[in-house]
Amino acid sequence: MKSKWLSGPYILWMVLFTIIPLGVVLYYALTDSITGEFTLSNFANFVDYWPIFLRSIWLSIFATLICLLIGYPVAYFIAHCKPRTQRLLQMLIMLPMCMSFLLRTLAWVALLDDTGIINNIIRSLGLSPLPLIRNNGAVILGMVYNYLPYMILPLYTVIMKIDPRLIEAAEDLGCNSRRVFTKVTLPLSVPGIVSGITMVFVPAVSTFYISQKLGSPGTILIGDVIESQFKAAYNPNLGAALSLVLMLLIFVCVGIMNRFTDEEDEESMVTL
Amino acid sequence: MKRLTSVLLLLFVLFSALPLTASAADETVTINVYNWGQYIADGTDGYMDIIDEFEKAYPNIKVNYMTFDSNESMYTKLKTGGSSFDIIFPSDYMVEKLIAEDMLEPLDFENIPNAALLDDSFRNPSYDPEGRYSVPYTWGCVGIIYNTQYVNEADVTGWELLWNPTYAGKILMFDNPRDAFAIAQFEEGLDINTEDPEELAVAAEKLRQEKNLVQAYVMDQIFDKMERGEAWIAPYYAGDYLYMVQENPDLAFYLPEEGFNLFVDAICVPKGSEHKKEAELFINFLISPEICGENLDYLGYSSPYSAAKEYTDPEIAGNPVAYPDEETLARGKSFSALSEEGTQKMNELWLAVKTADASTTFYLILTGVAIVAVVFLWVFFKVRKRRRKARRCQKWHTKP
Repeated sequence: MKSKWLSGPYILWMVLFTIIPLGVVLYYALTDSITGEFTLSNFANFVDYWPIFLRSIWLSIFATLICLLIGYPVAYFIAHCKPRTQRLLQMLIMLPMCMSFLLRTLAWVALLDDTGIINNIIRSLGLSPLPLIRNNGAVILGMVYNYLPYMILPLYTVIMKIDPRLIEAAEDLGCNSRRVFTKVTLPLSVPGIVSGITMVFVPAVSTFYISQKLGSPGTILIGDVIESQFKAAYNPNLGAALSLVLMLLIFVCVGIMNRFTDEEDEESMVTL
Repeated sequence: MKRLTSVLLLLFVLFSALPLTASAADETVTINVYNWGQYIADGTDGYMDIIDEFEKAYPNIKVNYMTFDSNESMYTKLKTGGSSFDIIFPSDYMVEKLIAEDMLEPLDFENIPNAALLDDSFRNPSYDPEGRYSVPYTWGCVGIIYNTQYVNEADVTGWELLWNPTYAGKILMFDNPRDAFAIAQFEEGLDINTEDPEELAVAAEKLRQEKNLVQAYVMDQIFDKMERGEAWIAPYYAGDYLYMVQENPDLAFYLPEEGFNLFVDAICVPKGSEHKKEAELFINFLISPEICGENLDYLGYSSPYSAAKEYTDPEIAGNPVAYPDEETLARGKSFSALSEEGTQKMNELWLAVKTADASTTFYLILTGVAIVAVVFLWVFFKVRKRRRKARRCQKWHTKP
């Protein structure tokens, strides 16, 4: 009974700021922007935007994979340092997060521009400048840079908590270090991988600022389209419909991933 | 007798001071001013800080200053509510739209005596025929700004420069449908106020052709990009060119032969304003010749108040970019408000231009491959699991 009371504030918070807004989004998505009548035409427009959905999802998948590839070794390394060094490194990982997300992205613009710092150095060396900005690569770079800490932190927490006795047991039973990693450490860090992927993929797929600053007119993402509908075009109905579709797609993507990790979990239970 | 007069004087002073002190004791009023970015002298580079001056002149009024980057985003902010503004700076066609939608307060010109100084040609404009809702702030033309270091003079002809593939990736474009469509319409020889879906589609197609050459669709970012030479060609407002050229003397400006947009930016009080009188005092202050003149030094825009030119730097007041000759001005065309349907049609086409995509097939193939891979992996895991289970069962059965 007591525990029910304790969850009260959160339930109230969720109803006020999650459930009701979702209802509003649903209402807008299902009404016409001029007449306000019930309509499904906002969703009919989806056909026009699916290439952008596709690109947003793919760029985010690449960014998430790169985050995982960079983040896992880093998290593994930090988790195996001395506690003092661990605290220091953890703080260093979190440090960029203290700065505004917008500023961090703008800093990349200053670095990568055709007249930016990197290209100015290249030019002063007598070489021809590189097309560093306004392409898919720059957008992925921006995503990786901004969301990497969200991958490292959950991975680090999980890897750090792995019981060293399990690893010792595996070594005792004759596993070499590669097999210890693939049979013990990796399966046990799956929960960290899952939450890391979710925490990077979900914000990356709905981002709009990074693609505007680091991308070109050809790399517009679905977040940009949604933003423009609310900011300039004043068509919240279309914006709401696109947001709903995006939400659905994210659920599907995360669902597929969880399906795999469930299997992995069972697997790891069995192998243990 | 002398004493009597001095007593009377003292009384008079006291009484006249009373309401003053009373009003000064009143809590200060804050007015919310919503203006375009970089559109008022703000004290930088030795220009006057107009808001500061106003607050000094009216100690009981505080100004809360916010900016927008296009008429459309300002309109959206007004529509979605949540914040009440006392002063806004819409352009001509937006004033017309706001009047039609009953979103503006009629102004009380008793509080704005300086409005009498307005030049005759700006009185009772087509967007506000009775002149009841708006006071002009500035006017200007939309032309092309280009960097003389990189752009060949031979290419500088008309709006065509924006479609010149030689400068791919170095061209900027307006990030609002109205200005962008107008350019395509001038290039195609269409009316800039057309609502005909076919003509709009022609303009949209023209914009789509330009997209591959465009570095970015921007508004206020243009200052930074042009000044640094990150971009070389951009259509923008003449007044802002005069600001940019101070930072980068390589920039040049011209008004294309095909015609160009001639606009008036007005000052209005939107419905829902809580301090209309204070807002009107602010408007009056802004258009008083001295302040207006100082402001023009910073803005570089053209002024509908000839009286203000006395207080402006003669170089700006006599600049042909800010004040083109009659012959040139005859090529200018003004916007009028589009109907709700026309606006929506234009927004749809604009979104289609911005979302048009060439790399779809690549992502489609990628998605196909990924789906196959996911299905394959899923089957693989299922089969492996079943085999292992079978093997394990066998073990248990053979060795109980």
